[in-house]
Amino acid sequence: MPQMNMVQAINDALRFEMRRDPRVVVLGEDVGKVGGVFRVTQGLFDEFGDDRVIDTPLSEGGIIGTAIGMALYGLVPVPEIQFSDFIFPAYDQIVSELAKFRYRSGGEYPAKIVIRTPVGGGIRGGHYHSQSPESQFIHVAGLKVVCPSNPADAKGLLLASIRDPDPVLFFEPKRIYRAAKGEVPEGDVTVPIGKARVVRSGKHLTLVAWGAMLYEALDAANQAASQGIETEVIDLRTLWPLDIDTIVESVKKTGRVVVVHEAPKSCGFGAEIVALVNEKAFLHLEAPPLRITGFDTPFPYTLENEYLPLSHRILPGIVQTARY
Amino acid sequence: MTTLDTSDELHLKLYRQMFLIRRFEEEAARAYAQGKIGGFLHLYIGQEAIAVGAHAAMRQDDYMLTTYRDHGLALARGMAPRAAMAELFGKVTGCSKGLGGSMHFFDREHNMLGGYGIVGGHIPIGVGTAFASKYRGEDRVSMVFFGEGAVSIGDFHEGMSLASLWRLPVVFVCENNEYAMGTPISRTLSVADVSQKALGYGMARERFAAESVIHVRDRLRAIVDRVRETSEPTLVEIQTYRFRGHSMSDPGKYRTKEELEERKRKDVVLRARVELEEKGQSEALERIEKEVEDEVTDAIRFAEESPEPGPEILAPTTYTGAFAR
Ligand SMILES: Cc1ncc(C[n+]2csc(CCOP(=O)(O)OP(=O)(O)O)c2C)c(N)n1
Ligand SMILES: [Mg+2]
Repeated sequence: MPQMNMVQAINDALRFEMRRDPRVVVLGEDVGKVGGVFRVTQGLFDEFGDDRVIDTPLSEGGIIGTAIGMALYGLVPVPEIQFSDFIFPAYDQIVSELAKFRYRSGGEYPAKIVIRTPVGGGIRGGHYHSQSPESQFIHVAGLKVVCPSNPADAKGLLLASIRDPDPVLFFEPKRIYRAAKGEVPEGDVTVPIGKARVVRSGKHLTLVAWGAMLYEALDAANQAASQGIETEVIDLRTLWPLDIDTIVESVKKTGRVVVVHEAPKSCGFGAEIVALVNEKAFLHLEAPPLRITGFDTPFPYTLENEYLPLSHRILPGIVQTARY
Repeated sequence: MTTLDTSDELHLKLYRQMFLIRRFEEEAARAYAQGKIGGFLHLYIGQEAIAVGAHAAMRQDDYMLTTYRDHGLALARGMAPRAAMAELFGKVTGCSKGLGGSMHFFDREHNMLGGYGIVGGHIPIGVGTAFASKYRGEDRVSMVFFGEGAVSIGDFHEGMSLASLWRLPVVFVCENNEYAMGTPISRTLSVADVSQKALGYGMARERFAAESVIHVRDRLRAIVDRVRETSEPTLVEIQTYRFRGHSMSDPGKYRTKEELEERKRKDVVLRARVELEEKGQSEALERIEKEVEDEVTDAIRFAEESPEPGPEILAPTTYTGAFAR
C-alpha cells in the first residue's frame, strides 16, 4: 500500500471518483489552476479540465448555491470552501436550502453535494482561520458531518461521502494535513459513514476525540498509562450520524467519559455526546463526564497552545476523572 | 473646497510614511522567515501610495476599515510601529494585545476600525459607520478598502446598495491589484472595469491608477470632499499591483517574472524618491530614511522584548463580564 499524507489521500479519492463517475465536479476558489491553497486538488485541473474542476470567484454563497442547483440536475458537486471559517457567507444556502431538500420533497429529492473544508487550529491563523464550527451544522438536521484523522480514513470516508445519498460536510483537520501519514489502500476502498473506531483499548476511562485532537488524546492516554490509568480512545471519524453505540458500549465498561474538541465548550458537540451518554448509560457512570475543549472565546492568535485541548490539558482531565 | 498642499514638505512627509510601511514590512517578512511571526502575513508592498494618499485625503476623525492586508493603512493612520510590530509578534504590547495578529489590527484612537479576514465582511460595517455619522449630524466620512476579489461576494453588493439608497457618506475603495490570491481578475470578473459595479446602484464612480502618492491624494481628496459635502457615496477603483505573494506562503507561480519586474519599475516609493531627489531634497531624504530605519529597528526590538500575554488576558475580551473556560 502506498504511503500518503492527508492531502495526498484526499486528492487520490477525488481523482479516483472523478475517473469513475463523470457526474462529479469540483469547484471553489483557486481549486483549479493553482490546485487549492493547501494543494488538495493539485493536478485535477490538468486531468479533468476546466469543465469539471472549476475556479470560482470569491463567492461562498454563490459556490454552494450553484452546487445545490447542479445537484438538483443530477451532478455530484464537491465544492471546496477554502477554510471552514469562510463558510458562513454560505451558511444560509447550507442551512436554509441544502439541509432541507430531502424534507421538502417528502424524502424523494436530496441535493447531494459534499462540501470539503479545512477545519481547526494549529497554524496560528487567529480568529478567522482556526475555528471548528461542526456543531453549528450538526444542529441544523439534514446534514452529515465527517472529520477523518488519518489518510486512509480520509480517502475511504471521502469516497463514501461522495456516494452517500445525503449532503455531507467533510471537515479536513488542517493541523495534520501533512503531519498525519500512513498507508492508504489503492483503488476502491471506502470507510463507512457513521462508524467510530476504537483506536486504543482500556478499561478505566473512555476518551472521545476526532480529527487533529485524536493524536493529543492518544498522547495523553499513553502518559496516563504510566500512572496506571488504562484509557480507551475512540476516534469518531463521522460526527453525524453519531456512532453512539460504540461510545455507550465503551462507557458501560469504563464508567467514565471524557470528550475532547477544539471548538468552544458551550453548546459544542461534546455537550451532545455527554447528554447521550447520560441518557443511555447513566447508571454505569462512576464520575461526572468531562469536556476538555477550546475556550468560550474567539480563537486567539497568540495563545493557541493554551486554547487548543492539547495533551497537557487532557492528561489532568483523565487523571481527575479516573480518580474521581 | 480646500486648496491642496503641494509643497515639497508635504511630499517628503508622504514619502516618509510610504518608506516606513515599506521598511516595516520588509523587516516583518524577515521576522516571519525566522519564525518570530506566525500564521499569515499579507504584505502591502507595492500598494503603499494608496493607504498613504488616502490618509492624506481624509481627516483624522474620519473612519477607515480595510482587509487583512492592513499594516499599511494602520501605519498611515498613525499607529505606532511598536504597537504594530508587537501585534505581529503576538505580544501583549501589540495594538490588540497580541490576540489578533497581522490580519486583525485595530486602532480606535486613530480611527482605523480594523483589518478584516472574511473577505467583504467589513464592507457593510463601513456603511454603518457612515450611517452613524449622518445620524449624529456629523460630517465624518467612512472609507472602506477591499480588493477586486471582494466585489464577487454578497456583502459588497449589500453594502453598496444600502449606502446608495440611504445616501451615506462612504467611499468604497477597491484596490485592484489584478489578482485575488492566484486568480487574475480576468478569470474572476465578467468586466474589466470594476468601477462599473456602481452603475446598478446609481452610485458615482471613479477609476484611476496609483501612479504616485500625490496623484492618489489629489484624486481621493476631491472625492472625499464631494462625499462629505453631498453625503452621496462613491465607488473608487484604484489600479495597483502587489510585489509580493498573496501572503508569505505564496510563491506566486501564477504570474511571470517579466510581469513582476515590469511592474516593479513603476514602484511608487522609488518614484517619489527620485522625484524628491530631482527637487534637491537628497539631504532631507537621507535624514528621513535614517529616522525610519531607527524606528523600525526599535519596533523590532520592542516586539522581541515584550512579554506574551497569558490566558488571563482572554477573560475580559469576549463579554463584559466573566467567561467560562
Ligand atoms: C469569505 C472569504 N472567502 C475566501 C477567503 C480567502 N481569501 C483571502 S484573500 C482572498 C483573495 C482576495 O483577493 P482581493 O480581494 O483581490 O484582495 P487582495 O488580497 O488582492 O488584496 C481569498 C480568496 C476569505 N478570507 N474570506
Ligand atoms: Mg486583489
